[in-house]
Formats: sequence, C-alpha cells, structure tokens
Amino acid sequence: MTEKAGAGATGAGADTDATGVAAASAGPADDTDATGMTAAAVGPADDADPTADGPDGASGIDRAPVLELDPLLDDRGTRIIVCCGAGGVGKTTTAAALGVRAAERGRRVVVLTIDPARRLAQSMGIDSLDNTPRKVDGIKGSDGGELHAMMLDMKRTFDEIVEAHADPERARAILENPFYQSLSAGFAGTQEYMAMEKLGQLRARDEWDLIVVDTPPSRSALDFLDAPKRLGSFLDGKFIKLLMAPAKVGGRAGMKFLNVGMSMMTGTLGKLLGGQFLKDVQTFVAAMDTMFGGFRTRADATYKLLQAPGTAFLVVATPERDALREAAYFVERLAAEEMPLAGLVLNRVHGSGAARLSAERARAAAENLDEGRIVDQGGGKAGLRGSPATEPEPNELATAAAHPVPEAAPTAEPAQETDAPDVDVRHLTAGLLRLHAERMRVLSREQRTRDRFTALHPEVAVTEVAALPGDVHDLAGLRAIGDRLMAGRTPSA
Amino acid sequence: MSRLQVVSGKGGTGKTTVAAALALALATEGKRTLLVEVEGRQGIAQLFETEALPYEERKIAVAPGGGEVYALAIDAERALLDYLQMFYKLGGAGRALKKLGAIDFATTIAPGVRDVLLTGKACEAVRRREKDGRPVYDHVVMDAPPTGRITRFLNVNDEVAGLARIGPIHNQAQAVMRVLKSPETAVHLVTLLEEMPVQETADGIAELRAAELPVGRVVVNMVRPHVLDEAAVRAASGDHRDAIARTLASVGVTGGTRLVEPLLDQAAEHARRVELERAQRAVLDGVGVPSYELPFLGDGADIAGLYRLAKELRKQGVGA
Repeated sequence: MTEKAGAGATGAGADTDATGVAAASAGPADDTDATGMTAAAVGPADDADPTADGPDGASGIDRAPVLELDPLLDDRGTRIIVCCGAGGVGKTTTAAALGVRAAERGRRVVVLTIDPARRLAQSMGIDSLDNTPRKVDGIKGSDGGELHAMMLDMKRTFDEIVEAHADPERARAILENPFYQSLSAGFAGTQEYMAMEKLGQLRARDEWDLIVVDTPPSRSALDFLDAPKRLGSFLDGKFIKLLMAPAKVGGRAGMKFLNVGMSMMTGTLGKLLGGQFLKDVQTFVAAMDTMFGGFRTRADATYKLLQAPGTAFLVVATPERDALREAAYFVERLAAEEMPLAGLVLNRVHGSGAARLSAERARAAAENLDEGRIVDQGGGKAGLRGSPATEPEPNELATAAAHPVPEAAPTAEPAQETDAPDVDVRHLTAGLLRLHAERMRVLSREQRTRDRFTALHPEVAVTEVAALPGDVHDLAGLRAIGDRLMAGRTPSA
Repeated sequence: MSRLQVVSGKGGTGKTTVAAALALALATEGKRTLLVEVEGRQGIAQLFETEALPYEERKIAVAPGGGEVYALAIDAERALLDYLQMFYKLGGAGRALKKLGAIDFATTIAPGVRDVLLTGKACEAVRRREKDGRPVYDHVVMDAPPTGRITRFLNVNDEVAGLARIGPIHNQAQAVMRVLKSPETAVHLVTLLEEMPVQETADGIAELRAAELPVGRVVVNMVRPHVLDEAAVRAASGDHRDAIARTLASVGVTGGTRLVEPLLDQAAEHARRVELERAQRAVLDGVGVPSYELPFLGDGADIAGLYRLAKELRKQGVGA
C-alpha cells in the first residue's frame, strides 16, 4: 500500500510545468507564403497565445529519440514484449498490431490479451478468444511467420494450476472451497497474478519465439509489476503461517505461546468475518499449502524473466495529461525494477498538413468571412464571380454546390441562382478554417503535454501513432496501425 | 437526484473529470457534496491541482453560488483500521494485525474485502447526519472503477454477505447493499461517441440491470461541435480547390491549393467522424437510458474546464 505516496509524488513531479517549451518560438515567420496576413485580417481574436506557434518548430525542448520498432520485432533475441499503460490508451490494439506485424516479418508470435473486447478477437478473425492460443488466419508473409492469439481466463488459469499441482482429491477440495471460488473468479489482484502465471507458462512451452502481452486494466499501472512480489511476501508472511498454525503446531509444547497469540487473532478475525468464512480460508490455505511454494517460485521466475534481456517493455499512452503522467510513472518504476524499457508508444496523436496556419489566424479569417470582410488587395468580391479565375468555372461550382447536397445539410445553404456559389464557398471556407483552428488547438495542447514528458524523460525513445478517425475491425486495420507504429512521427509533424 | 452518484466509464473517457464536474454541479447554493475516489490514483488531486489528498475529507472547491465540494481519497487499509477501531477498539491490536500482514491480506488478497470497505465508506458518508438530523453531505459522488469492473465492484457485498454468513462484515455488507440497490443510488456510465466505449457502455448497462443496480445516466463526454457535415465536405471537394484558395486569399490567408489540400483532408476526417458519431449515438439511443452531453474541451480538462462542464450539467438539469 505504499504505492499511493509514490504515485502522488510522481504526479506532483509531472505536473511541475516543464516549460520554457513552447515559448521560445522559431515560428514560421520566414514563410511569407502561408502566413502572409495583413493586419486587418489578424482581427480582434488574436490574443497572443505563446503556444500558438503550432506544433512544430516552436518547442525549445530537444526532440525525443525515435523508437524504431521493426528492429525490435526482427531481433530474434526479443522474446517478450509487454505493453503497459493507463486504461483506454490502446494497449491491446497496439499489442495485436505488433503481433500481426511481427508474424508477417517471420516470427512465430502469440498475443496474450487481458482485454475482453470481442472486437479485438474479431479483428483477428476469431469469433472469441479463450484461454488457449488460437491460430490467426490471413497472416501474409513468406518467412513462415505465424500468429496465435489468446485471452486470459483467470478462473481457468487458476483452476489449471490447482489441477496440475495437487492430487485429484486435494484439487477437488480446493476447487469446491467457497473462498477459492471467489478468489479465482476475479477479485482485485487475481488477474495480475494469473497474467504473470500465464506469461510464464507460454514462455516455458517454447512454442513461440515472441510473446506479446498487454497488461490488465489495473487500478494502477503498478499492480502488474507488484503482483509476484506481493504474492511472495504474503506467502512468506507470518500471517499465512498463523492461519495454518492449528493444523501444524497443535500439541507441540514449545508453541504454546504462539498458540495463544494465534487464537487471539483468529478470534478477532472470526468475529470480523464470521467463523465459517475464517474456516473456509483456513481450509483453503491448508489445501493450497503444497502448491503455494511452486506458485511463488514460478512468480519469482516470471519476474526475473521480465528483467531479462529478451524482454522489452513498451509504455503506451495518448498525448493526454493523465495518460502521460501514468506513462512517466511507469518509466520510473521500470527503471527502479531494472526492467528493460524499449520506449513509449504515443497513440492518437493529431497532426495537420496545414500546421503553418495558426489557430488564431484561421479563426480570425473565418470571422472575416462570416462578416463579409475582404482584406486582400484584389478589391473584388471573394469567391468566384469577381475573381479572375481561369480553371474552376463558376458554373461548375454552382452545380457542385447545389447538387450534391442531398438534404438538411446545415452548413450548405440551398443554392440560389447566381449568388449561391459565392455564399457556399465562403461558408465552406469559413468551416474549413474553424475546423483547422480547433485542430491546431488540440495540436498545441498535445505538444505541451508531450514536451512535459520529454523534459522529464528525455532518454525515452518515442514513436507517435497518428490518430485514426475510426476503429479497427480486421487484420488490414491492425496492419495499418502497424505501419503507423513504424512511421514514428505523425505525417505532418 | 439520488444521494449517491456513482460515476463509471471505460478508461480514457474522462470518468474522473465527469465525477468532479458532477460534484461541482450538485453543490448548488448552500449544498455540500463529497467527491470520493476509490482507486488510489490521486486523480482528484491532480484534476484540482492540489497536493495528494490524505485519508480525510477536506474542502477542495467552492461552487458558483456558494456550494461546497469536499473530497476524500479512500484508502482501504486505513478504512479497515478505522473500522476495527470503531467496532472493536482495536488500536494496538490493529497495528499488530498490520505487522503480521493480516491487513494486507484483508485489503489486497482476501476476496472482496477491499471493495466492501470502499463501498462501505462511501455509504457511510451518505448516511452520516449532523446533530440536527440533516445529512452532512447532500450528495456523495464516487469516482468508481471502470465499466468493466463496476458491477462486480458494487455487487461485491452480495457475494461477501454470502461468504461471511454471520458477523459484522456480513451485516455491513448487507447494509451497504441496501443503499446501493435503492433509488438513493444512481450509477452513471461515461462514454465517448466511439465504437469501443459505446459497446462497453451497452454491456455495462445490461450487467448493472441484471444485478438490479440502479442505472442513472449515460454521460456522453467530449462531444465535438459539428462544424461541417459530410454533404458540405463533398461539396467542398472535387474541383473547387481553386475557389476555396481564392476565398482564403480574400481574407489574407494565402498558400493556394497547397494549403487547401490539407484543410480538405481535415474536413473529410471530420465528416467521417461525424458519421461514426451518428451511428454510435443510434446505438446509445437503443439502450434506452437518458443521457447528459458534455462538450470536448480543446484545452484539456483543467479547473476552468471543470467549471464549464459543471455549468453544462446544471443546464441539463443537474442540481435543479
């Protein structure tokens, strides 16, 4: 329970504004092309926002090194990739996309997912995933790569351990114990232990040369790493010995003192939990006694495996404050545990091909369009009729604007004779500018959050994954994510 | 409005932000709300930009109109020790139990005890009264575990009451369950207009209903303004790049078609998103749960944004 203080402290650290970042602006001032605004066009909305210089070039912080994932996937020495991070940042999708890509580059891969999202199973062409790895069809590539996928079933995994390590009679006693049934069905913590257990099992089977695993949607990122230790310390602890004491020490003369303490304590617990419950716990612990040792040994082994050179951790985040705070915390924790961090995957990063046009300018221009103000030197009316256009014929636009608007298009007014195209183009252009202003606002916020992370952890390699407008539904979608993962930077940035 | 407002949602949907905004919105004139956090993440402190919250109810914000928001980060271990102290006067013995690892066992390993304590503490705050009989808090808002775990989390007391068939834990579990299953409680699910969160929300509602837990609202978060719809974007593409470029130039934005191209790409992306959102809204409509809608905050969820969301919630009837 010491994690809280740690998390709090980190949060405070991450919050300390790591700026000086966006202020020192190189800016696009050299470019007279896209930025040649007249004073009139700047308009009233232009309160100098120090971060308004757009996402690129404005940062005073050195760019983080780029995380190259293909070499990691191609390295036969990479045996385990763990994707971790806050909830909802795309860990599972990232894990699946890496699995597909690695398989298509010739690896024999198994993806172990904890996320019960049906969609993911379906995107890999499997109706549902279960506790056994299933082969994914449709993997391309000539190097004999294969992809298998499975979803952790906590209870099944727990049951299997019991069945494998206890004689049939004892196994039955455990499986029927009410305390065990609740524990194995997934109360806090069980998922983490079982994920570690499964990872160990998959590695031991040695059928795959790469295991990609995403971590459980934990209370906090810590649980996954803490699970083996916590289990170990619990199993080593005095408490469990005390619980089992009646069976073991009964009658031994030297243990009288302990017995007194013990009965006082079980008395208290009995009062608290009810006698039957305590008895269930004791029965359970006694029955598990023989296999607990093996359990701990394996948990320790898995923990060591995670520290081994064949393992690579990927911290997954989105350019949001909370997600990156969690990511920063994870980076620190992995370092403290001497676990090998490959880098940060930053999902859903927004870019813009028109980043040179700032939010303020775009907004001001949109307002000018709305108000019918003209600021160029042409002196003519904006739009088609007054301009000395050669290619786009006025009529063409009139038709285009009038016809493909089926119904109830709130932004495209019904075309009216000759004036219509003018109005429509203005309206549309104002809309395009507003959208762009909004996009640029998001970009600069994302840049600020990223800069904060980079300032704290300049050594962490980063790959940025451009935001997708929709969800992933199939292998092709996962492949596309894989491509984006490898691109490293958003197209515009 | 129910006294206990439980806010859940898929990770990344802004559940903590919505819970905080709801607590602010409910703190209308002279009212007092308590915002509780159960996952030990200090999300509330980060949101309100204060130092980490101790295990203690403290005032964290004042709502417009004079209401007050208190916050509490519930710590299961401390809650258990409090509980032992309260019922058994176990000051020293509690420490001894801790040394033995019994508290660790109870709060992390023993099935459900942790969740019993967390929900129990929240229900205690709901029931607590001043000397004059008025409730101490008009509303308690819980930033609860995510959708995938919420039913199990709230229902844990049923299970524990079954495991510990007698004794104070059994009684406490049953008392908590009575509050949670009554109209005193409303469980809200926060979602985005995206496929996965919407699906999870629909599944979550079905699970809550099956467990007879009171479903409150769906909170559709981060709703973006629809600047252009698909028809408009279709009209804009095609051969009108030059016309748009000229219109841009007329307000001083030069750059020609090189600038128009990416602007149109962004518009196409936006239109696709509008389309997807429309489809997801239809799915949500099919669930048959009333909803609140909250706008996307371009600058992120900072304190100013929080107050804006609270205002928005009041406009939609919260605290009325």
